Amino acid sequence: MAESVLSAENICKSFGQNEVLRGISFHVNQGEVLSIIGPSGSGKSTLLRCSTLLEKIDSGRIAYGDLLMAEGEKGGKAQYSAAPVLQQIRRKFGLVFQNFNLFPHFSVLRNITEAQIRVAKRSKEEAESVARELLQKVGLSEKENAYPCELSGGQQQRVAIARALAMDPDVLFFDEPTSALDPELTGEILKVIRGLAEEHMTMVVVTHEMAFARDVSDRVIFMDGGLIVEEGDPREVIENPKSERTKAFLARFHQV
Amino acid sequence: MEAFLESFLGMDLETVGKILVQMLQTSLVTLQLFFFTLLFSLPLGLVVALGRMSRFKPLQWLIRAYLLVMRGTPLMLQLIFFWFGLKLGKYGFSRMETAIVAFVLNYAAYFAEIYRAGIQGVPQGQREAANVLGFSKSQTFFRIVLPQLVKKILPPMGNEFMTLVKDTSLAQIIAVVEISALASKLQNAEVSIVPVFIAGVFYLIMNAVVSKCFSTAEKKLDYYK
Repeated sequence: MAESVLSAENICKSFGQNEVLRGISFHVNQGEVLSIIGPSGSGKSTLLRCSTLLEKIDSGRIAYGDLLMAEGEKGGKAQYSAAPVLQQIRRKFGLVFQNFNLFPHFSVLRNITEAQIRVAKRSKEEAESVARELLQKVGLSEKENAYPCELSGGQQQRVAIARALAMDPDVLFFDEPTSALDPELTGEILKVIRGLAEEHMTMVVVTHEMAFARDVSDRVIFMDGGLIVEEGDPREVIENPKSERTKAFLARFHQV
Repeated sequence: MEAFLESFLGMDLETVGKILVQMLQTSLVTLQLFFFTLLFSLPLGLVVALGRMSRFKPLQWLIRAYLLVMRGTPLMLQLIFFWFGLKLGKYGFSRMETAIVAFVLNYAAYFAEIYRAGIQGVPQGQREAANVLGFSKSQTFFRIVLPQLVKKILPPMGNEFMTLVKDTSLAQIIAVVEISALASKLQNAEVSIVPVFIAGVFYLIMNAVVSKCFSTAEKKLDYYK
């Protein structure tokens, strides 16, 4: 059996009175691509943000391999591990945002080297060679001295992917990576992710691109109302959904 | 020509020269007050801004009160309070040092609010991206937030710097002899408007330099949006 990179059990998260996650359990195996689909407000992004320490869970348990991130009984308050452990966990994952969030005051190259140098403590030379290799991979070698404002959205997102990959994460999360892009630019991002999938990069992709979820991922989770409604083989879930809710959500996709 | 100038100015050129030398010497006092105020109030303002945004409520309320008093009362009254009320002179402060204390506390309050606007103007996504990449809080602040903040706050900072140039004249209320004080003293002694005019030109030149510095800095940071 494949090694589990991330396991989450019974995660609950509320914002005030609003219960966003109502007991979510999922795991991510080494080398697999997991897509999370579902309507807006279903908690997909919150799940990703909880997994990447941008939000704190109320209860449940999240662990990366044998590193425990947080644990807590329902109704109580989840206890987070000590800061050094959390910092170790941060090195396990990368996150690609919907809005790229590149650092505007750094060149493309420095966007990719800064964390390598400051956080991973690599030498400048090593960081730059890693960055150049990744830029080549995402097809932006000639842009290393450009600033983010000089790039198209698709190019910015490819830099953001390179920035995340430079830290050698065990798992890479994508939070609707193409939602801020037009269809033409969407294609270039999906191509990059597809390429990573072929290299067996472990990835969790929150997406509205159903065809992409079906063709690229190994497993799909359909979420609605803070719960996992359906989970399984992407072809099964997308072409042949069992639950009524999934069918209703996918009806629009199947029409076109 | 000389005769024309002397009749135009209402005094002989030798006197004008003497006044000019005296005023240039005194302009150093004004410059001193200006630079020392900035030296201390710029970093202090940043600390105040961070305190103002602290989640620790008592600190936040303390800072709000400080901001209200400093921005809500005239700097001239504050100067009088520090010199004649707190009698800082008794604790070994000179008039100049007392003026610097009052100016620093007053300007830090204004700077703090400018910093706060700047900090809040840096998108949350920037901090999140830094967090996910594993940057520490101080790395995030100094490497990601602060450089972006500087660009955002340059225009309002330029305003404050220019106001400060002119505000230095308030220090005369506690008998710091800076260029305005000297100008009005000479105006009475010589019964002439020339010293006041010279002081005006001095402020104008100083602010032209300040303004030029800021537009250069803005251009320098123009390479990104």
